[in-house]
Amino acid sequence: MAAAVVIGGSAGALDVLRMIVRELPQSLACPVVIVIHLPPHPSGLAELLGADTSLTVKQVEDKEPIVGGTIYIAPPSYHLLMESRDSFALSVDPPVHFSRPSIDVLFETASDVYRAGLVGVLLSGASEDGAAGLHEIHAAGGTTIVQSPLSAEVAIMPAAALALFEPTYVWSPNEIASGLTQLLSRRSS
Amino acid sequence: MRLDISESEISQLLEIIYRRYHYDFRQYATASLKRRLQQALTHFQCATLRQLQDRLLKDESAFPRLLEYLTVQVSDLFRDPEFFLAVRQQVVPLLATYPSLKIWVAGCSTGEEAYSYAILLAEEGLLERSRIYATDINDQSLRKAQKGVYALDRMKQFTMNHRGAGGHGSLSDHYHAVQDSAVMSPTLKQRITFADHSLATDSIFSEVQLVSCRNVLIYFDRTLQDRALGLFNDALCRRGFLCLGTKESVRFSAYAQRFQELSGEQRIYRRVD
Ligand SMILES: C[S@@+](CC[C@H](N)C(=O)[O-])C[C@H]1O[C@@H](n2cnc3c(N)ncnc32)[C@H](O)[C@@H]1O
Repeated sequence: MAAAVVIGGSAGALDVLRMIVRELPQSLACPVVIVIHLPPHPSGLAELLGADTSLTVKQVEDKEPIVGGTIYIAPPSYHLLMESRDSFALSVDPPVHFSRPSIDVLFETASDVYRAGLVGVLLSGASEDGAAGLHEIHAAGGTTIVQSPLSAEVAIMPAAALALFEPTYVWSPNEIASGLTQLLSRRSS
Repeated sequence: MRLDISESEISQLLEIIYRRYHYDFRQYATASLKRRLQQALTHFQCATLRQLQDRLLKDESAFPRLLEYLTVQVSDLFRDPEFFLAVRQQVVPLLATYPSLKIWVAGCSTGEEAYSYAILLAEEGLLERSRIYATDINDQSLRKAQKGVYALDRMKQFTMNHRGAGGHGSLSDHYHAVQDSAVMSPTLKQRITFADHSLATDSIFSEVQLVSCRNVLIYFDRTLQDRALGLFNDALCRRGFLCLGTKESVRFSAYAQRFQELSGEQRIYRRVD
C-alpha cells in the first residue's frame, strides 16, 4: 500500500484535482499532499476541496505532525517540505521555476522520506515545475502518474515530465481518479 | 537530478562548521538544509559534501559564501500587510501605555522588517520613545540592514504593502531616492540597533515589550524552536507581545501554554503573565 501520495499541478489542474479528491476512499490510511500554484493570496482551496470529501482537508502549518487519512495543502507563498514521516516543514526559500510553493520541492523532499512507498501525480499546468521532482520519485522506485498531455488543459507540465522519463502510468483524469483509488486500496505485498 | 547526500554526511559537516566557525546549524530542519547544501555543492563545484568539508577547513573565505546558502535572506517592507495592520490596530494601542518601548526583531535579515516597525511606530507617534534591536547571524545582511539602502524598483510593491498595512501618508516620506536606490531616513535608523545574535547559541540581552520573529522558526527543528521561544519568553516583560510568521505557531512547542493568542490569524501572542 502507498505510504503517501503527492499531487502537483497548475493551470487546468483544479477540476482534475476535485475529481481525484471526490473519489478518495473514506478508509484512506495515508496522507495526501497537494501543491497547486496559486496567486499569493489566502485561498479557499482547502474549503473548496473540503466540500468534495468527508476526509479532513487542511492547509499545512509549520512543523505540523503528519496524520494519515488527511489531505494537506501547501499554503500560498511558502514551499512545503516533508521533514520526516512525522512532520512537515515550510520555507520561504526563493521560488523554484518561478513558483512558491514549488512542486519539485515537495516531490523531492517527499521522495527522500518515502522512497518506493511514494505515489506522485503530476497534472495539467503551464510550467515545468514538478517534472524533475517526479523523475526523482521514479528513480527512487516510487509510483508515478502523469496526466496525459492530450487530456490536459495545459500540456506543458505533463509533457515536461514525459520528456524526462517514462512514468508508471499516463492517464486521463477519469483514469487517475479511479486508478489512484485502486492503488491506495491495494494491499502491500 | 540532485546530488545524493546522506544525513550523516550533513551532520558531520554541521559539526565541523560548529567547531571551526561557531555557527550552530545542527538543529535546523533537515529537508530545506539539504536542498540548500545541494545548491552549495553546485556553486562550489564539489561532487560530495566531503570535498566541501575539506574546502571549508583549508580556505577561510569559503565559509562566508557557504553561509549565504545556509541562511535564507528574503524579506520585504511590510511583508504580509494584514499582519502589520493587526499590529497597528491591536498592539499599538497597548504599546502606547508604556513610557518607553523596546522591540526585538529576531532574524532581521537585510533589515526590512525592522524598518517596517520603525515606520509604523513613527506614524503612530511612538518612535521617539522606542528602541528596536534587530538581530541576525548573517553579518553581510546586517551590514546591508545598517545601510538601509534598497533597490528603488522594489518600492512600488513596498508602497502597496504599506498601504495595506494601514499606513498614514506616503511611504516615500520615510526614504530618499538616490539614483536607483531608496535610502531609509536617518530618523528611522537612529532608533534601530543592528547586532549579531544567534537564537541557537546566544542568550537574552534586554527586557523587551515586543518580540517579532517571522519566518525564522520555520528553519529550525522543534528542539531549536523551543530554545528560541524560551529566549522570547524570558526576554518579554509581563504580558509582552510575540509576533511570528503567518504559518508559524507556538502550538506544537513546549511553550504553548506560556503564550495566549491576541490574533490567532496573524500569529500575535501575549505572554501569559
Ligand atoms: C527568511 S529570513 C526572515 C526575514 C524577516 N524576518 C522577514 O520575515 O521578512 C530568515 C532570517 O533568519 C536568520 N537566521 C537563521 N538562523 C538564525 C539564528 N540561529 N539566529 C538568528 N537569526 C537566524 C537568517 O540569517 C535570515 O536572515
